[in-house]
Amino acid sequence: MSLGTSSGRQATAAPFAIELRGISKSFGPVQANRDINIAVPKGTIHGIIGENGAGKSTLMSILYGFYKADAGTILINGTETAIPDSQSAIRAGIGMVFQHFKLVQNFTVLENIILGAEDGPLLNTSLARARKALTDLSREYDLDVDPDAVVEDLSVGHQQRVEILKALYRQADILILDEPTGVLTPEEADHLFRILGGLRDQGKTVILITHKLREIMETTDNVSVMRRGTMVGTVKTAETNPEQLAELMVGRKVLLQVDKDAANPGREVLRVEDLRVTTDGVERLKGVSFSIRAGEIVGIAGVAGNGQSELLEALGGIAEARGRIVMNGADLALKGLNGQSRREAGIAHVPEDRQVLGLIMDFAAWENVGFGYHNDPKYQKNAVLMDNAALRADTEAKMARFDVRPPIPTLAAKNFSGGNQQKIVVAREIERNPDLLLIGQPTRGVDIGAIEFIHKQIVALRDAGKAVLLVSVELDEIRSLSDRVLVMFDGQIMGERPPQTDERELGLLMAGMTEKS
Amino acid sequence: MTKLPRWADVVLVPLICLAIAFVFCGILIASIGQSPVVALTSMITGALGTQTGWGYTLFYATNFMLTGLGVSIAFHASLFNIGGEGQATLGGFGVAIACLFFPWPHWSMALLGSITLSALFGALWALIPAWLQAKRGSHIVITTMMFNFIAYALISYLLVNVLKPEGTMDPATARFDKAFNLPKLADIFGAVGIPFSKAPPANIMLFVALGLAFATWVLLWHTRLGYAIRAFGKQEKAAVYAGIGPVRITLYALLLSGGISGLMAVNAVQGGAHRLVLNSVEGAGFIGIAVALMGRNHPFGIVLASLLFGFLYQGGNQLALATDPVTGEQLKIPREVIIVLQALVILFTGALPYMVQRPLEKLFAKLKGAA
Repeated sequence: MSLGTSSGRQATAAPFAIELRGISKSFGPVQANRDINIAVPKGTIHGIIGENGAGKSTLMSILYGFYKADAGTILINGTETAIPDSQSAIRAGIGMVFQHFKLVQNFTVLENIILGAEDGPLLNTSLARARKALTDLSREYDLDVDPDAVVEDLSVGHQQRVEILKALYRQADILILDEPTGVLTPEEADHLFRILGGLRDQGKTVILITHKLREIMETTDNVSVMRRGTMVGTVKTAETNPEQLAELMVGRKVLLQVDKDAANPGREVLRVEDLRVTTDGVERLKGVSFSIRAGEIVGIAGVAGNGQSELLEALGGIAEARGRIVMNGADLALKGLNGQSRREAGIAHVPEDRQVLGLIMDFAAWENVGFGYHNDPKYQKNAVLMDNAALRADTEAKMARFDVRPPIPTLAAKNFSGGNQQKIVVAREIERNPDLLLIGQPTRGVDIGAIEFIHKQIVALRDAGKAVLLVSVELDEIRSLSDRVLVMFDGQIMGERPPQTDERELGLLMAGMTEKS
Repeated sequence: MTKLPRWADVVLVPLICLAIAFVFCGILIASIGQSPVVALTSMITGALGTQTGWGYTLFYATNFMLTGLGVSIAFHASLFNIGGEGQATLGGFGVAIACLFFPWPHWSMALLGSITLSALFGALWALIPAWLQAKRGSHIVITTMMFNFIAYALISYLLVNVLKPEGTMDPATARFDKAFNLPKLADIFGAVGIPFSKAPPANIMLFVALGLAFATWVLLWHTRLGYAIRAFGKQEKAAVYAGIGPVRITLYALLLSGGISGLMAVNAVQGGAHRLVLNSVEGAGFIGIAVALMGRNHPFGIVLASLLFGFLYQGGNQLALATDPVTGEQLKIPREVIIVLQALVILFTGALPYMVQRPLEKLFAKLKGAA
């Protein structure tokens, strides 16, 4: 996928769409932004990358009027502009698409779009005007959204387009997208980038905040790198490469490729036979069979929502299933909820969504380290009382070994960055030394330094002779970590391929196309 | 965006709520032509000015402590048990059985008996709503509220048709054996040489309630069950991931909740009235909700909040009888107005802390910005 270079389109004489000069912002003792300078030329896609906590979101919040900068000035189209609140940001032509959409789920697309921008107390005129504008916008930018669809019925990718339309309807000239592809399938992401390319060609300016280097390389014209609250550099995308960007982000050389030897598989640890899961009356997992041996990583590739979550949940004892799961030669219970007995059988589970399943966000880190293992004898003082001190000590040790920052066991899980939250979960599960590790989306929303670390831990577990089932929507991750790749589509396994198989072939399998058809 | 410091959240917010409530109470009292200052002073002297006043304040506080603790345990599992009233009503039935039908040799045995039976009956009264919630998803707020009415009807029937002694018109049981009377504060303090008024009904249940507050704290933060209850209350799906069964936790939390609410009857029925009457709970089940909210579902906070509500309750009672210190005339504050006053305090401290939190957060953010 290439959007072409746009260097010819940049009018050098035109003022910058956005120029930030000397922006600083601190929260108490934490300096989130330090003397940030950035200039975004009109009609370009400008990437901002940095690890979690590098200050990207703070900077954009300042630009959108959520925070007031302690120092510095903001220039929009060459004129100094104060942005005390988001209303002023909208008036200045800035539109923001948040990572978590701000849509009313049971409103139609049209109702969502006029929400807050109604012409008067009666909605009819607004709706009529919006319908016309929406049709024009949709056509112009290939956005393709049904104005009368109810938002909750739309796919995530479409909901994101509604957010973009909302911004455009408010006359946004500058569009900021915060980690827009985190929730998208590869196809949806490609479509999004085509839309963004179209917007740029129409003279709009796009700021793309992400931590995915590939997206930066494929879509942006320029890229600014942030690290620990400072801007470490802005470069033309065409003149850089992923390795250089990664090094700028992290401040040291980063291994983008996973370093591992060939697998040395042993006995069979897990065997799954004709496993089926039905949720809400729909069969989501339609008879899956495979096995995993000790000392190998089996990767499940597939577009999100093709039964991978159900597979993990059935294996982890969260969802009821039919069929057979045989672990170390013994059949596991499939009815009822079996999270506890699965752990006793030697299965550890790093769930796909750490914030919904893996952690209690309001609990302190030390309480989360005991989560799922709170009945473990080593965390008990006696028959009645838990040994909170032992749990805290264990947390401290885990935090040191896994480099969790900040290393404060009493801090609530919600106050850690995504990468550090994930490290807490991974530390908890891997350090049980399980026979089988189920790990879903191990690096979703995790910064690059932590990705490298987590990948190393997974490989180390494999090398220690354990079995690993890896589920990820990141094809790169599947290919670089797995020893064997199974491709899932529509609740079934379409086939097994070696990890070196080229992306196109795997992509076809992921779309449900086999050689025969 | 900036959160309140913990001390402000725990101390400042309730105090501001209380202050706002007092302002509105003052306006109300002034509007019926009475002096708010005189009213407030007579409440304070009535509730805290004498040993008798203190005794009554502590007696009511014990009631609220127990129902508040009951409500809070369910709250920690994200279950809004508003059936404390009904559970305490049934607890009263348990106390009546223990005190009427068993020949206990000593009051302490009678106390153990009534504690067991009242907790059992309170828990059983919570069991059906709990089971319906856990298995069928019937909303606990609706079912426990309905069970309050059923409890009242059931107790009326039992009192009128079964428990009432022959030849009386009063829908109440016979008086319990005097030997089963619980030691009052006068007896307990007297034993260590501190003289205390014999009039108020405050009794040993105060210490049982305080012990229970400590036990609740241990349960919630130092046992596996408490851990499971809190995890389930925060994120039900995550609890399932961790192997914590929703049905089991729903049942346990509500049984504990109902059982503790039921204990309130030991204080009110065995300790206070010495017989079971209609409406022995007198709204303590509902006040328990306000106490739990104001105490932030923390046992320590609940102890403090129940003292406040004990003060309001006793102070309110005294207000009805109070006289003007200058003229010596009786204050003309009708009973209904006193109920409104109590309701105002519950409204502001129990239901409206968020109204205070937001502006306070902004204020703190500004102060931080200025510093």
